[in-house]
Amino acid sequence: MKKYLTSIALSIVAAISTYGADITLNGAGASFPAPVYQLWTYAYTQITPDVKVNYQSLGSGAGINQIKAGTVDFGGTDNPLTPEEQSEANLVQFPMLTGGVVLIVNLPELKSTELKLDQKTLSDIFLGNIKVWNDPAIAALNPEVKLSKTKITVVHRSDSSGTSFIFTDYLSKISPEWKEKVGTGAAVKWPVGIGGQKNPGVCNNVAKIKGSIGYTEYTYAVEAKLKCVTLKNKDGKFVAPTPKTFSASAAGADWENAKGYYMVLTDTEGEDSWPITGITYILIQKDAPDKEKQQALYKYFNWCLTSGANSASKLNYVPLPKNLVEKIQNDVLK
Amino acid sequence: MVFKLHKRETRRGTLTQKQMNSQFNQTEHQAKRRPLRFRKWKDKLVRLFSIFSITLAVGGMAWILFTVISNGLSVIDFKFLTQPSKPYGIPDNGIANALIGTLLITLGAAALSVPPAIAGGIYLSEFGKYSKVGHFIRFSANVMMGIPSVIVGLFVYIILVIPTGSFSGFAGSVALAIIMFPLVMRTTEDMLAMVPYTLRESALALGMTRARTTLCIVARAAKNGLLTGILLGLARVSGETAPLLFTALFSDSWPTEFFSQPTANMPVLITEYATNSPFEEMHAAGWGAALIITLVVLLINIFTRIMFRTRHAK
Amino acid sequence: MFATDNIFKTICLICAGLVGLLMIGFFVQLALSSVGAWKEFGLSFLWSSEWDPVDEKFGALPSIIGTLLTTFIALVIALPLSFVSAFYLVDLPGAIGKILSQALDLLATIPSIIYGMWGLFILAPVMQTHVQPFMVDTLRLGKVPIVGRFLGEDYNGFGFFTAGLILALMILPYICAIMRDIFAMTPPMLRESAYGVGCTKWETAKDIVVRYGIRGLLGGVFIGLGRALGETMAVLFVIGNMTQMPSALFDSGTTIAATLANNFPEAAGIQQSVLFALGLILLIMSFGIQVFAQWYLNSTSAKRGEER
Repeated sequence: MKKYLTSIALSIVAAISTYGADITLNGAGASFPAPVYQLWTYAYTQITPDVKVNYQSLGSGAGINQIKAGTVDFGGTDNPLTPEEQSEANLVQFPMLTGGVVLIVNLPELKSTELKLDQKTLSDIFLGNIKVWNDPAIAALNPEVKLSKTKITVVHRSDSSGTSFIFTDYLSKISPEWKEKVGTGAAVKWPVGIGGQKNPGVCNNVAKIKGSIGYTEYTYAVEAKLKCVTLKNKDGKFVAPTPKTFSASAAGADWENAKGYYMVLTDTEGEDSWPITGITYILIQKDAPDKEKQQALYKYFNWCLTSGANSASKLNYVPLPKNLVEKIQNDVLK
Repeated sequence: MVFKLHKRETRRGTLTQKQMNSQFNQTEHQAKRRPLRFRKWKDKLVRLFSIFSITLAVGGMAWILFTVISNGLSVIDFKFLTQPSKPYGIPDNGIANALIGTLLITLGAAALSVPPAIAGGIYLSEFGKYSKVGHFIRFSANVMMGIPSVIVGLFVYIILVIPTGSFSGFAGSVALAIIMFPLVMRTTEDMLAMVPYTLRESALALGMTRARTTLCIVARAAKNGLLTGILLGLARVSGETAPLLFTALFSDSWPTEFFSQPTANMPVLITEYATNSPFEEMHAAGWGAALIITLVVLLINIFTRIMFRTRHAK
Repeated sequence: MFATDNIFKTICLICAGLVGLLMIGFFVQLALSSVGAWKEFGLSFLWSSEWDPVDEKFGALPSIIGTLLTTFIALVIALPLSFVSAFYLVDLPGAIGKILSQALDLLATIPSIIYGMWGLFILAPVMQTHVQPFMVDTLRLGKVPIVGRFLGEDYNGFGFFTAGLILALMILPYICAIMRDIFAMTPPMLRESAYGVGCTKWETAKDIVVRYGIRGLLGGVFIGLGRALGETMAVLFVIGNMTQMPSALFDSGTTIAATLANNFPEAAGIQQSVLFALGLILLIMSFGIQVFAQWYLNSTSAKRGEER
């Protein structure tokens, strides 16, 4: 019996140690791009014989923390670091994808994108000034739809989130009251509502609570079959969230003057622009000691920016324009 | 009539026997029938309430189990049990890597905690039964058993994950070992204490050292009980989530770099799939995994109960 | 006498002493890591209800009150139920009684994450669509004077009430098992004498058995309390995750363990040491409860047998 157990133990140990020859790249961070990042890590691991990549969706704040502490090899965040923050933490930042932050609602009587909200009603809902769905302000924007007297339950993020950063940045731009009372940030003091963990948490809560409204990344809304809201953009037109409106918003981005690739795309001009578009970034250490790992990391990101663009579009993200990709490849990934 | 034998406390103060007797005689006529019926009804009511509460408790368990089984059963098939976990959108999702990861982490926890725990239990039952040190250690063990598992996770994060710079299955094992250690130690002590003294006396009379007595005679006699304690400890920690969230995290690959990389494991997989993913397929996979781990834990517990009972019957 | 015996004894002593070392280690490590928070906020951290990550102002009060509130709800629900269940179980005829007792004991072993999942997917929607509207609209419990105010107008299935319910379901088997043992350990003579003078079963339990075994019962209560205090996963999913002071039963909130689990992966700088400070508070709370429980149990261990 003893011999049997020891031989099993030895074989397990042997199995564990011989496989350690592979390079493993660990990443953690934003849940905003997680669906496509996890597809990429899986696909890349399959096609590359001696490299394994792994991405844990923990939230932008966690991603920034982990890469600063060095417990992961790359971090994902939609909450971009300023150039000063980057040099302070000895990190390099570059964009990876564009996506849209959308509003999701749980109103069984409506279809997706049927509900229209403008800047004032949206900020009033999240400030807690509008409390029921059949409030006259909302009804005025939606004359063809019958809204019930259900209470509005706001769902926001309970963790530190780049998606929250993008959304609160937008709210601060469109509502002076929001800017004064709450402000912009990855984790703010929300006036009303309940909190969900990461994007899926918000989606789950909205799906379960009738009359709730939350914000999340577009892919989650589509794949989880949640109803989206049509918003009024800066030009005054009501636009529905689609990859077309996201790219329209991203088209006007001025990357030449963006130091450290710091860019926020909320409330952009353009007739077809989606007002809450976001860019998601990757953070890597500037001078990592392990050169072999660094090279493997660069190879992986080159693959993502070029070959991975296809699967990103399939999941309703907007890949970066070609010239930006070339810029990043020459600037960073050498 | 019910009256307490020595004193009776009323609103007006304590009555002695004599005063009570006179009171009894006075109120006998009015009080004869109503109190008895009233008390009987009270008793019946409480009995009803107790049936209701047992139904609630066992019914709650049945409801939970029923939910887990009905939601999880449809997902489980051979592929589910043998394929590694994959991100959303890729077919053939499975939990095999998480199962192996949990097995490795739990075995690691056992390897780390069982030898010192048994040694500690031996000390408590053989040498430290009545000493002050023994009392203090016993007290600490009981206290440690009640520490929230999230704090253990934090502790191991600080002492292991930060210095080594990576999450790892090994750190998860350490966290679970800390939880298991006082548990196994106390059950070892209890089991060894149940071994009759005559065995020890006979061995010592034959000239064996105490070490030999304890290890070869006493421990062997309590073998079943010791194993029960270890298995119960394993069952308890295999379902712990919070410590693993801070130490082993999760990964979609096979757990081949147990000591240096995040390792897939069941509880974190369930958390990931159920709450970190809004997609229905992942939720279903989470239920399947939940069903597996519940079954494993229940089976281990039932098995140890049967084993323990047979030992007693002897 | 034998050298090996001394070595053996020393080894065993060291291993046993590890437990004490660990206990001290926990306190030391948490205290050290939370120094930043204590320096920044001082003792007022304990009663400040601010939680503003943007301005970096934190307070422990919402989490502490949340922990106490959920534990209180759990105990209020679980204690009477388990007392009455134990009282009934002890007198049931052989087979049924054994099966039910075993069933309850097995209930205690279900991993807490299962409770959390069940709460999130099953209980919370049921609460929102059936139970809470029933309580607020049909029973009009909100209109009851004084107490009704604490029920809450806004409900969404999540919150302290749901979390308290799940915690109650979790600690019920523990407390019930201990109470059942107490009932079984009461000397038969005591109960028979009570029956002999005409007590009903309930009066026996209420007046005689409780008084006899009060210490053991309280010990069991404290064990359940300790378990509820530190429970993370089951509460995390259904409490609503709002770091705010509870004003009503149906409100969303947080507990210390939930705040820790939510915020730790992304906390940095002062927020991280704030979380460690919260962990230290939780450790002290559960330590205090455990010490109390051990004191009671130690006084009654002879009466209740060796099992615990």
